[in-house]
Amino acid sequence: MNANRLIAMTKRVLLQLWHDPRTLALLFVSPALLMTILKYVYWSNPDLFQRVAGSMLGVFPMLVMFLITSVATLRERSSGTLERLMISPLGKAEFIAGYAIAFGLASLVQATAVSSYAIWVLGLKIAGLQISLIYVAILDALIGLAIGLAVSTFAKTEFQAIQFMPAILLPQLLLSGLLIPRAAMPRILHDLSNFLPLSYAIDATRKVISNQGSILNDSLLIFLFLTMILSAGSLTLKRQTR
Amino acid sequence: MPAAIRAHNLNVERGKNHILHDLTVEIPRGLIMGLLGPSGSGKTTLMRSIVGLQRIASGEVQVLDLPAASRPLRSKIGYSTQSASVYSDLTCIQNIRYFASLYSYNEKTPEQILDDVDLTQNAHQMAETLSGGERARLALATTLVGSPELLILDEPTVGLDPVLRVQLWELFNKLAAQGKTLLVSSHVMDEADSCYQLILLRDGRVLAQGTPAELRARTGKNRMDEVFISLIGGE
Repeated sequence: MNANRLIAMTKRVLLQLWHDPRTLALLFVSPALLMTILKYVYWSNPDLFQRVAGSMLGVFPMLVMFLITSVATLRERSSGTLERLMISPLGKAEFIAGYAIAFGLASLVQATAVSSYAIWVLGLKIAGLQISLIYVAILDALIGLAIGLAVSTFAKTEFQAIQFMPAILLPQLLLSGLLIPRAAMPRILHDLSNFLPLSYAIDATRKVISNQGSILNDSLLIFLFLTMILSAGSLTLKRQTR
Repeated sequence: MPAAIRAHNLNVERGKNHILHDLTVEIPRGLIMGLLGPSGSGKTTLMRSIVGLQRIASGEVQVLDLPAASRPLRSKIGYSTQSASVYSDLTCIQNIRYFASLYSYNEKTPEQILDDVDLTQNAHQMAETLSGGERARLALATTLVGSPELLILDEPTVGLDPVLRVQLWELFNKLAAQGKTLLVSSHVMDEADSCYQLILLRDGRVLAQGTPAELRARTGKNRMDEVFISLIGGE
């Protein structure tokens, strides 16, 4: 891994994002809007808002990063720039890490802004530290990014890439403990959810909000998943075509 | 001096289609080699095999004395595809700066490269707002970053007006004079005379290779398109 190339790669992705003010605005405005709606949906039951809203803070970055990453990588493929990069000295690991760092930074800003809005404006109460919540949100974003990168190799068009959201992300969301604590699910679903990274992300968010338990194990497991998914993604980035 | 590119019994298959058949060709260093042939004749596939993007079924491709697709070649080859592969959401200068920063050594500054392709006045323009010809020149500019010894240019002048085409060929000549090897594909036959040598490809086979004068003498024709048609017919 060469530091100069990694910086160049990260800078380029950030520049592209910077040149797209509409995407930038949506990155901050839509999660804030959704949190506001949530607040009023649970108007008659504020306790439920407290329970759901915290976890949602991690779900938004994951969904957004999944979409941005899969579409961005597909665009690199269809415009021919990926091939251009594959014959340059840029390594595959540098390509993936560049995207991860750039979008990781974007989700840092997103998580900071949205969690601040939820806490100061909407009155979300968290017992743990806000910075831990932001940390978990970044992990969520990286899960979305890794899965987005991996599925983009199986998709030929942007249409197909977006179809992977209901196919791959939403089942994880249903099983993650967001709707009902994982322990209360049937045994087989509970066992299945142990193999899904989002489950640990939601567990970690819960722990931060209630300030009960350490999130060290959850983070380590998420990093393990990330390494696995990203390595799989880098294996499917082929320099040569048939 | 050893050849820049040496392909021996090269076969490429894509699905059930046999694209290149036992293709053997040698391209000397420091000159402009034209690659001509009707569409579907295998020009792009041959170029992709040389830059290492195409998996080959059998045979051998040596590029600058190294096997094609080997890692040290990545800093020695510039390649531009038919579709201008640039980032449309970056400006011209940002595109060049980005590609340049991937190479450990650059013989020219991004500004000099933009000047080479006559895009200095467009430096801060977004690539998506460029005209077709400007975009093609920007794509060509991205192949000049680093210090390429070999430039593989797939139809670099397609869709350009005659004035621009002349300018680009002047640039190609300048690059060849600096000792670079250029492999330029085209199906504009009047560009053939600007090449030192020509390879005529048809159905994945080399139909003929030689200087324009040699090919004229062989066929007794004067116009390059007639030369080509005569070579196809004389098979």
